[in-house]
Amino acid sequence: MYKFGVIVFPGSNCDHDSYHVIKHVMGQDCEFVWHEDTNLGRFDCIIIPGGFSYGDYLRTGAIASLSPIMESVEKFASRGGPVLGTCNGFQILVEAGLLPGVLIRNSSLRFVCRWVNIRVENNKTAFTGNLKQGEVLRIPVAHGEGSYYFSEDALKALEENSQVVFRYCDGEGNMTSESNPNGSIGNIAGICSKAGNVLGMMPHPERCSESILGGADGKLIFESVISWLGFGKKTKSMA
Amino acid sequence: MSNLKTALDHGLTEKEYKKIVDTLGREPNITELGILAAMWSEHCSYKSSRIHLRKFPTTGEVVIQGPGENAGIIDIGDGQCAVFKMESHNHPSFIEPYQGAATGVGGILRDIFTMGARPIAILDSLRFGDPSLPKTKYLVGGVVSGIAGYGNCIGIPTVGGEVYFDECYNGNPLVNVFALGITKNDEIFRGYATGVGNPVIYVGSKTGRDGIHGAVMASETFTKEAEEKRPAVQVGDPFTEKLLLEACLELFKTGVVVGIQDMGAAGLTSSSTEMAERAGTGIRIDIEKVPRREESMTPYEVMLSESQERMLMVLEKGKEDISEKIFRKWGLDFSVIGEVTDTGKLIIAENGKAVAEIPISLISEEAPIYDRPYAEPAYIKESRGFDPSSIPVPKDMNGVFMKLLSSPTLSDKRWIWEQYDYMVRTNTVVLPGSDAAVVRIKGTKKALAMTVNCNPTYCYLDPYTGGAIAVAESARNLACSGALPLAVTDCLNFGSPEEPGVMWQFKRAIEGISEAAVRLNTPVVSGNVSFYNQTGRSAVYPTPTIGMVGLITDVEKHITQWFKDDGDIIVLLGETREELGGSEYMKQVHGIVAGDPPRLDLEAESNLVRALLEASDRGILKSAHDLSEGGIALSLAESCFTPENTFGITVELSGAIRGDALLFSESQARALVSLDDKNAGILKTITESNNVPMSVIGRVGGTGFLIKGLIDVPVSEARRAWAAGFESNLKSYAKA
Repeated sequence: MYKFGVIVFPGSNCDHDSYHVIKHVMGQDCEFVWHEDTNLGRFDCIIIPGGFSYGDYLRTGAIASLSPIMESVEKFASRGGPVLGTCNGFQILVEAGLLPGVLIRNSSLRFVCRWVNIRVENNKTAFTGNLKQGEVLRIPVAHGEGSYYFSEDALKALEENSQVVFRYCDGEGNMTSESNPNGSIGNIAGICSKAGNVLGMMPHPERCSESILGGADGKLIFESVISWLGFGKKTKSMA
Repeated sequence: MSNLKTALDHGLTEKEYKKIVDTLGREPNITELGILAAMWSEHCSYKSSRIHLRKFPTTGEVVIQGPGENAGIIDIGDGQCAVFKMESHNHPSFIEPYQGAATGVGGILRDIFTMGARPIAILDSLRFGDPSLPKTKYLVGGVVSGIAGYGNCIGIPTVGGEVYFDECYNGNPLVNVFALGITKNDEIFRGYATGVGNPVIYVGSKTGRDGIHGAVMASETFTKEAEEKRPAVQVGDPFTEKLLLEACLELFKTGVVVGIQDMGAAGLTSSSTEMAERAGTGIRIDIEKVPRREESMTPYEVMLSESQERMLMVLEKGKEDISEKIFRKWGLDFSVIGEVTDTGKLIIAENGKAVAEIPISLISEEAPIYDRPYAEPAYIKESRGFDPSSIPVPKDMNGVFMKLLSSPTLSDKRWIWEQYDYMVRTNTVVLPGSDAAVVRIKGTKKALAMTVNCNPTYCYLDPYTGGAIAVAESARNLACSGALPLAVTDCLNFGSPEEPGVMWQFKRAIEGISEAAVRLNTPVVSGNVSFYNQTGRSAVYPTPTIGMVGLITDVEKHITQWFKDDGDIIVLLGETREELGGSEYMKQVHGIVAGDPPRLDLEAESNLVRALLEASDRGILKSAHDLSEGGIALSLAESCFTPENTFGITVELSGAIRGDALLFSESQARALVSLDDKNAGILKTITESNNVPMSVIGRVGGTGFLIKGLIDVPVSEARRAWAAGFESNLKSYAKA
């Protein structure tokens, strides 16, 4: 069993959902971490949940990214610890500089909550090891500012480093503009750090980890990181 | 009576003012006048509605808390209870749609969590005017984004609702928000100021000058000058409310809270006096201790401000530190502003000097109660005289069908509900768009189903039947989801009670609701009255919105309205009669709002509910859909248009009635179900034993929407018309 930490900022609102999946669906140990707590040493994996941290009043994720805990998250990540940011968590990771690029207002200018499809572009990250390259996941999005943007050159570098992890697609895996819910450049739905241990994604895997909620594809992401942690521990003990 | 003019300006009548002077034995000062005017306003005192509201059935096996508290509470088993209520924010939403609707959400959520319950679902019932008017587009856009802005940010899912368009709402849209929360039976909190000497605590946001006179505004007919009242609309801050929610729930666990109430309409005034009234005590407030946003606010302004995200609490004396620590952690204001007394009075002091002193009884129990004159309005007789059979049957039924599908009220509302986060908290089992929202309760096998309903056309033509149908349709919605209907909350939106015709509508609607609630065993546990929904002499249609909550004991057995598999048989439960009066078909296609609404047979309704529940318990139903606006044709279409697929159908309707009535009649006590052939026998046994007529009318499958001899269109084309209908009406706003 691994210990997951779910960070709680004032205004986080997917914290309980993430906790529920980790603890009750995946059967792992889980704890909420208040944003003023800076000791993350006891955790195997950190989740930065969705929501509206600080009301998203300045710019999504901007205020939370300056919170004391984010320095600890950075240290945790630099030592290779797995960090997953979903929705507002992705926005915070981007604002904190742990992931490149920016997330801007949806091209529709409206909040959008719907089920979408995403294609797995990189199955070598800490969170996608149990997935197949090209596999299509059905997963919900719910955000007003989820349009990923990056300059063309920087995007090229991102692609060369295999940092694009998920792209919006149709049910068959084709990237189309209709399947892109927010106008993200290159239909990008999620990206990772160079080392592949930090993943940011706009869709919500914690909302689709039980079939009663209409789909359980999100569980594959949590299963992946649990496998990855197991592999890591094993190699450590073997060394 | 030198202050009489001021009193009249505050919305009091001369007689009411005289009563105040007589009881006090002196003229009230301006602060006292402001307090009394707010508390005696229609909005706070229910002075015109009270005698009629007494007719509601409010008790029952499941009722833990009936009307009179912040919200109603029902037992849902396993030591758990559901706390729910519905409220209007009509006037503010017309003046400033985004903030009006947003603060409507904020207010109703506070009513729920103030009772110790974590809110888990929001539904909204919205009524707008003619969609071709620019003003309507502006209001739709503003109201929807206001609800989304508040609900999404605070992280409580908006899981369902309804939207109607009618010219009667041109000058007065209706924004009714329903919220529901869950708590344990032994962890309920109420608004009582008990324990003389206990401290009175103010928590939440600071008090500003916003929303002063909100309650009075909600108790007046709109005039052309309404726009000038913009400052009377409050501004919402969902982030602060989220903090307040978490802080309150954390505090409740400590056991130091004696009583708590949200500062809603009339702010500090209503919360303090209502808490003292319930407990039979008094309250002293040291007004200078109230946290403020601006300097030099007068006691009058502080007492009447409707600044949002504030709560008033009474704590156990000596336990202030425990709670202060929690509120400071969440970055919220916390201030001891007074204490509970045994004076039976509300005393406001400023730096030790009394600036207002009013007996609580004068504010509450001696508030005026009116038995306003009522009389059947003249239009009733006229519209009753209309005979729908005088209208020729249209030749092009395909065209009629497509027109109804794309009409603003019947078309797909995805444009609206996709702006709401309907999934946060990961309990939403049924997506918006089905008969009822279904929300599971974690840690149990249970789920709650919720729905909001009112057909204002029926209520206009016959408020008694219309009110009763709103209850019956709600029960049908729940039963179609596999849920046992338990209890009702209401939001009664009417014109000016000073008009006898409106009062008659109100009285009749309440009688209809009461009758249906008794017969369907769904007591009324909470509610809200919104009068003065009119601009000048033109009132909205009577709109008594009903919110109903039901229980599904095994969430796996829930049902949706959507067809599941090709080849399944489609079964009509109930009987179609030639009832076109008040139908959407008559209104949209022939432009006629007249005649009698469909007949309501409460025994048939109750039989249908029972049959549906038995069938869902047996697990034989693949889909179940209530029949309402647009009749069988529209209900069939809605079952074909699933979130993932589009199913075709082949159906044959029989009956000795005209073709348009077969398709579009809105006869009550009907539902459409689909199931596997092999289970038809079981369904037959169930319907026979419950005395519900049953007919197999066709089969799911193919690419056509085929109702033999009446409608034959490609189902994909029908879906396109339905999906595009709403947005094309509002496109100009959406793109602006």
